[in-house]
Amino acid sequence: MKLHEFQAKEVFTKYGLRIPQGIPAFSVAEVKEAVQRLSQANPSLQKVVLKSQVHVGGRGKAGGIKVVNLSDAEAVSETLFGMDIKGLPVHKLLVEEAINIAKEYYVGITLDRNARKTILMASSMGGVDIEEVAESHPEAIIKVWVDPNIGLTDYQIKQVIYGANLPAESAGFIKALYKIYTENDCSIAEINPLIVTADGQVIAGDAKIDIDDNALFRHSELLSYQDPAEVDPNELDAKAAGLTYIELEGDIGCVVNGAGLAMATMDAVKYGGGQPANFLDIGGSSNPAKVTAAMKILKRKNVKGILFNIFGGITRCDDVAKGIISALDSMGGIDIPLVIRLTGTNEELAREILTAKGINAGSSMTDAVSEIIKLTKG
Amino acid sequence: MAILIDKYTRVLVQGITGRDGSFHTRQMLDYGTSVVAGVTPGKKGQSLEGVPVFNTVQEAVHETGANCSIIFVPPRFAADAVLEAADARVPLIICITEGVPVQDMIPVYDYVRKQGCRLIGPNCPGLISPGAAKVGIMPGHIHTPGRIGVISRSGTLTYELVYQLTRAGLGQSSCVGIGGDPIIGTKFIDLLELFEADSDTDAVVLLGEIGGNDEETAAEYIAKNMKKPVVSFISGRTAPPGKRMGHAGAIISGSSGTAEAKIEALNAAGVPVGETPPQVVELLMERLKA
Repeated sequence: MKLHEFQAKEVFTKYGLRIPQGIPAFSVAEVKEAVQRLSQANPSLQKVVLKSQVHVGGRGKAGGIKVVNLSDAEAVSETLFGMDIKGLPVHKLLVEEAINIAKEYYVGITLDRNARKTILMASSMGGVDIEEVAESHPEAIIKVWVDPNIGLTDYQIKQVIYGANLPAESAGFIKALYKIYTENDCSIAEINPLIVTADGQVIAGDAKIDIDDNALFRHSELLSYQDPAEVDPNELDAKAAGLTYIELEGDIGCVVNGAGLAMATMDAVKYGGGQPANFLDIGGSSNPAKVTAAMKILKRKNVKGILFNIFGGITRCDDVAKGIISALDSMGGIDIPLVIRLTGTNEELAREILTAKGINAGSSMTDAVSEIIKLTKG
Repeated sequence: MAILIDKYTRVLVQGITGRDGSFHTRQMLDYGTSVVAGVTPGKKGQSLEGVPVFNTVQEAVHETGANCSIIFVPPRFAADAVLEAADARVPLIICITEGVPVQDMIPVYDYVRKQGCRLIGPNCPGLISPGAAKVGIMPGHIHTPGRIGVISRSGTLTYELVYQLTRAGLGQSSCVGIGGDPIIGTKFIDLLELFEADSDTDAVVLLGEIGGNDEETAAEYIAKNMKKPVVSFISGRTAPPGKRMGHAGAIISGSSGTAEAKIEALNAAGVPVGETPPQVVELLMERLKA
C-alpha cells in the first residue's frame, strides 16, 4: 500500500522528523484557506509549493509540482486539479511553505532481495530520481546492509554520513526513518530530498512510504490511509470478491487461476496478436461466486470477449464450470464470445456441466488463445 | 535419485489438522509420500489417516525421525513455524503459506541458514520427485518420472509446463516451486547446482517471472557452471510497471525486474526462452537432440 506524501509526512511528524509547514487541500477553496493559515503562522512567507498527491513518481517533471506566489496559489491550483499525471487525476494537493534550499540529499531504506536484508542508502545527489543516479553515478550512493539480529548501528549511520557527505544532523533523520521502516512494515521509506536550508536547517522535503500489504493485518492504524480514489473501481470490487485483478488497456478479458499462469496467459494473448484487458487470478480456491464476480467485472469493462484458462490443482474445474453457468444465468446470458479452457482436477465433470448448457470447453491453452483472438478480431 | 526428496524422505506436516494441512496430507499419502508426523499445538494424541499428531516440532522429530517439514499455517504464524522447524534442525523446510510479512522473513532466513537447514518458499507449491515422493500441493497425476528438472517461481504455470512435458513424453526428475515472494529460502542458482550434480537429470527448465533479478543471477551462474542444457520461460512480458502481479515479488520497480532484461540475460548465457509454455517444450526437445 502506497501512502501519499501528506500521509507519509504525518507519519514523519509522529516520529519527530522535521518537515515543512503544510496543509492538504481537496479543493481550490481549501487551497485558499491553507495559504491563509500558512501565512498567518509565518508572516514573512512569500511563496508556497503546490504538490499534487498522486501515487506516481516524477510528479515534478510531469508538471504536478508548482512553486507560486501566495496570490497566484488559487489560480494555479485550479489548473493542477484538472490535471492527469501519468493517467491519474489530481484530487488532492499538499500546500507547503516554500523552503529556501541550499543543498539536497537522498536517504532511503528498502529491502535488498539479493542480500535478503534491509538496506540503507544515502547520496549527496538528492532531489532527483535515485535510479538515474544509480545509473549515472553509482559511486555517489553509499549503501549499508542491516544485520537482522543487531539492527541499524550508529557506526553504520556514520559510515553513510561521512561516505555521502551528509550534514551531521541527518543522523537523527536516519535513525527515525529506520524506526518508521521497521515499526510500520514498510517496503520503502525514503526522504528525497533531505534538504539543508539556506539558514543551515535540515528538513525532510519529500516523504515516501510504501507498506507491505502482507503486514497490514497488524497495522489497523494505517488502513485509513488507503485511498479508494487512487484505485481502479474494478480492482476494488475484485479485491472485495477475493480476486487479484489488474486493469490493462486491451479488450480480451482473461480469467485464470494462479498468478504465474495469469501472466503467461496475458503474454500469450499479446504474442498471438491480441490485447489482454486485464490480469485476473481467481486464486487457489474453488468458490463459484468468485468466477461470477470475475465475469461481471469483465462484462462491465466492455471487453470484446472472455478467455478462461484454468489449470485445476487445488482449484476444481467443476466449481469453475458451475461459476460460469451461474454467472451466465444471473447476467441473462452473454453477447460476446466466451472461450473456455479447462484441464486438471475434475475436468471431465466440468465439461459435462458446460456441455449440458451448450457450452464447449477445450483442453489446450494454445488453441484457446488463438480462438479468442480470432473471435474478437475486427 | 532426483534432488532433495525421494521415497525415503520422512515428512512432518506443521498445521496438519487445518483445512489445507489435512487435505494435502491425504493427497501426499495417496501419492505414496512417507508422512510420519503432524504438529498442531494442543492436539497431541490425535491422528490423521494414521499419522500421529504432536504438540511441538521438537517432539515430533524426536519420536518419528522426520527429516523434512511442510508448513500449512496461517501467514501470521508462518515465520514462527519455520523458526520452530529450524530450531529442531529439520534439514528441509517447505513453507507453502502465502502472505507472510516480508520483514518477518529476514531474521527467519538468517536463522535457517545458521542452523544449516534449507528453506523452500514461502508462498510456494512445494516439490515433487515423480514416482517417489510429493511434498507439496501440486496435482500428482500430471507428473511422470523422467530426467527433466523443473524450477519455478509460480504454481499453476509449473503445472501447465509439466503437463506439456508429460504429454511430450518428457518425464521429470524433480520439480521445485521456489515461491513468489521477495524473500525466499532457496533460489534458482541453489537448485541449478543440485540439478547439475544430479545423475538422474539431463536438462533443466527454469520458469521465471518479472520482479527482482534472480533470473539474471541464474543466467550468470549457468554461463559459468552448467554443462546440462537449460531452457526458460519468463512470464509477465505484458505486465505494467509498478503493479504487484498477484505474487508479492512479481513487480517491476522502476527499470528493474522487467521481462526483457531477464530474457536478454538468459539468451546471452545461451539459454533459449520460449514465448509460450508449448514453445518451451519444443526448445527443450531441440536442445536434447543437439
